[in-house]
Amino acid sequence: MEYYLQLFINGLVVGGIYSLVALGFVVIYKATKVVNFAQGEMVMVGAYVCFGLTVQLSIPFVWAFFMTLGFSVVLGLLVERLALRPLIGEAHICVIMVTIGLSSVLKSIVQLIWGTQIRVYPEVLPSTPVMIAGLPVAPVYIAAFALSAVLFGLFTLFFKYSRMGIAMRATAHDQQAAQSMGIGIRGIFALSWCIASVVSTVGGVILGNINGINSHLGVLGLKVFPAVILGGLDSLLGAALGGLIIGVLENVCDGLAKDLLGLGGFRDVAAFVVLVIILMIRPYGLFGTKDIERV
Amino acid sequence: MQGNCGLFFESYRAEAGLFNTGFQRWSLGLFVALLLLCPLVLDTYLLSVLNLMCIAVIGAVSLNLLTGICGQISLGHGAFIGVGAYAAAQATLNGVPFLAALLLGGGASALVGMFFGVPSLRLKGIYLAIATLAAQLILEYVFLHWETATGGSRGLMLEPPKILGFSFEGERRMFYLLFAVAACTLAVVANVMRTRHGRAFVSIRDFYLSAEIAGVNLFAYKLVAFGLSSFLAGVAGGLWAHYTLFLSGEQFGIGLSITYLAMIVIGGLGSIVGSVMGAVFMTLLPEVLTAATRSLTGVFPDISSQLAALREGVFGLTLMLFLIFEPEGLANRWRLVKSYWKLYPFAH
Repeated sequence: MEYYLQLFINGLVVGGIYSLVALGFVVIYKATKVVNFAQGEMVMVGAYVCFGLTVQLSIPFVWAFFMTLGFSVVLGLLVERLALRPLIGEAHICVIMVTIGLSSVLKSIVQLIWGTQIRVYPEVLPSTPVMIAGLPVAPVYIAAFALSAVLFGLFTLFFKYSRMGIAMRATAHDQQAAQSMGIGIRGIFALSWCIASVVSTVGGVILGNINGINSHLGVLGLKVFPAVILGGLDSLLGAALGGLIIGVLENVCDGLAKDLLGLGGFRDVAAFVVLVIILMIRPYGLFGTKDIERV
Repeated sequence: MQGNCGLFFESYRAEAGLFNTGFQRWSLGLFVALLLLCPLVLDTYLLSVLNLMCIAVIGAVSLNLLTGICGQISLGHGAFIGVGAYAAAQATLNGVPFLAALLLGGGASALVGMFFGVPSLRLKGIYLAIATLAAQLILEYVFLHWETATGGSRGLMLEPPKILGFSFEGERRMFYLLFAVAACTLAVVANVMRTRHGRAFVSIRDFYLSAEIAGVNLFAYKLVAFGLSSFLAGVAGGLWAHYTLFLSGEQFGIGLSITYLAMIVIGGLGSIVGSVMGAVFMTLLPEVLTAATRSLTGVFPDISSQLAALREGVFGLTLMLFLIFEPEGLANRWRLVKSYWKLYPFAH
């Protein structure tokens, strides 16, 4: 039982990161209806840039972190301007393919600069575990979870009360109506890519502190899909909960599959099996907008 | 039809014909004849590239049928090819004759494709893309872990294919086999497009509601599109298995699906000529890149160690540039070039 509790807590931490990446995904999808297959690579680029600043240029971690955030804002703006804006109004498949191309390009840039081996962050937090419910948990896990929670809180407030946030929600709801109310759609699109890029970068830095980083980090981007489908493609709360649930589910399922069936590596598909089931019975997810349509 | 200058159709039959003019017929015949003579002149390396192209053409055309013509985005094509490859391989390993095994592989792949196509009744656009992505990842897991059927991570070894005692060993003989199947596939898809079923596919892509109102059974046609596309993908997989003679799960990863999608996007969605061009282009790209890096090793000595990363980057960049600057694909460019030369000195 203790084993499963441990898996559960691991799942919550990994899930916290999924939630962050899913948050970025949902912000983009909500405002621009673009499905971003490069979310995982944005996480990876953020993690590597922060690594380069702290380790290779030996800048103190806190400063490096903020510089990375600045970089990710620029990255988000560039991506939106160069890759996505020319494709506004094109078919789904073209937009999907351009983000897939983007993910290849980002992955290749990271590999060209930093190679493919695992890189480890310097220790920022002490490594002595804290006891929670009788189980040892590393402080970095707690920090990761807390940081994800704080970011979610901030974004919820942002979307609910700030002028910009309300403008973004209006754009998501109806682009033409928003435009006629004087909201600059282009600015909103750029902003949503910035937010997504920043949030993924934070996820990447947290992940780097937990596991170290390698050039296959981008696979994480695929895990976002079960999370956002479970939560509902256009719901922030859904992204948060979906990420956590998927994180826990895949860890526990992995443990169960190993114990009961002797199957290794089930972690990677568990989330997708869940995804297929959700799509069959409730495609709009837990909190998504219910599209009523009879086909 | 593209309103070609000087072409008049007097019957629907003539308009639906594959060839409008004798010139088209003759030039295609000449092209095929030249291709058939290729094995006599080319060396083994170039022939192997040509063989890979043939397989890629089958895969790309089948995906274009589903995605470009019927409008159902599939990110699981690589896995469907894999299903066909493993099924055909198991069949020949158990003594089934090659051609029957190829059909069996196609059949198995069609079944799996239709199973994962069932959600397409309720899912559209990106939901379907994500569902097929899940299919891809689940099938990949099955390839790696169902050891009795797929050999797991050790893979499967195969013998060169035999038809009626004639063994297709070596690139040269293999070329004729692959070329024949590729040509048949192209003929099948081109002819399906001319029937009412082909038009039903197109109508679903253009607007599903009006298609349904016009009497197209959406579910049946979507399922048929998935089935036919996966069948052809399975055939491509079976050929791939008997061409490389070694199968392992990694060959059919998400990367393969993406490569095939890139082929049809670069070639031109919904165009058969486009899928051929895209397949040729995407097969040539890594080969050209390898050759280029080899010739650059004098200038940058450690460039060859970066080859994998470079390949990935060039792939992504090409894809993005095509989407931004030539969203209609190579097929459209080809059409423009043709119409330019048609009226050459007197272009309007």
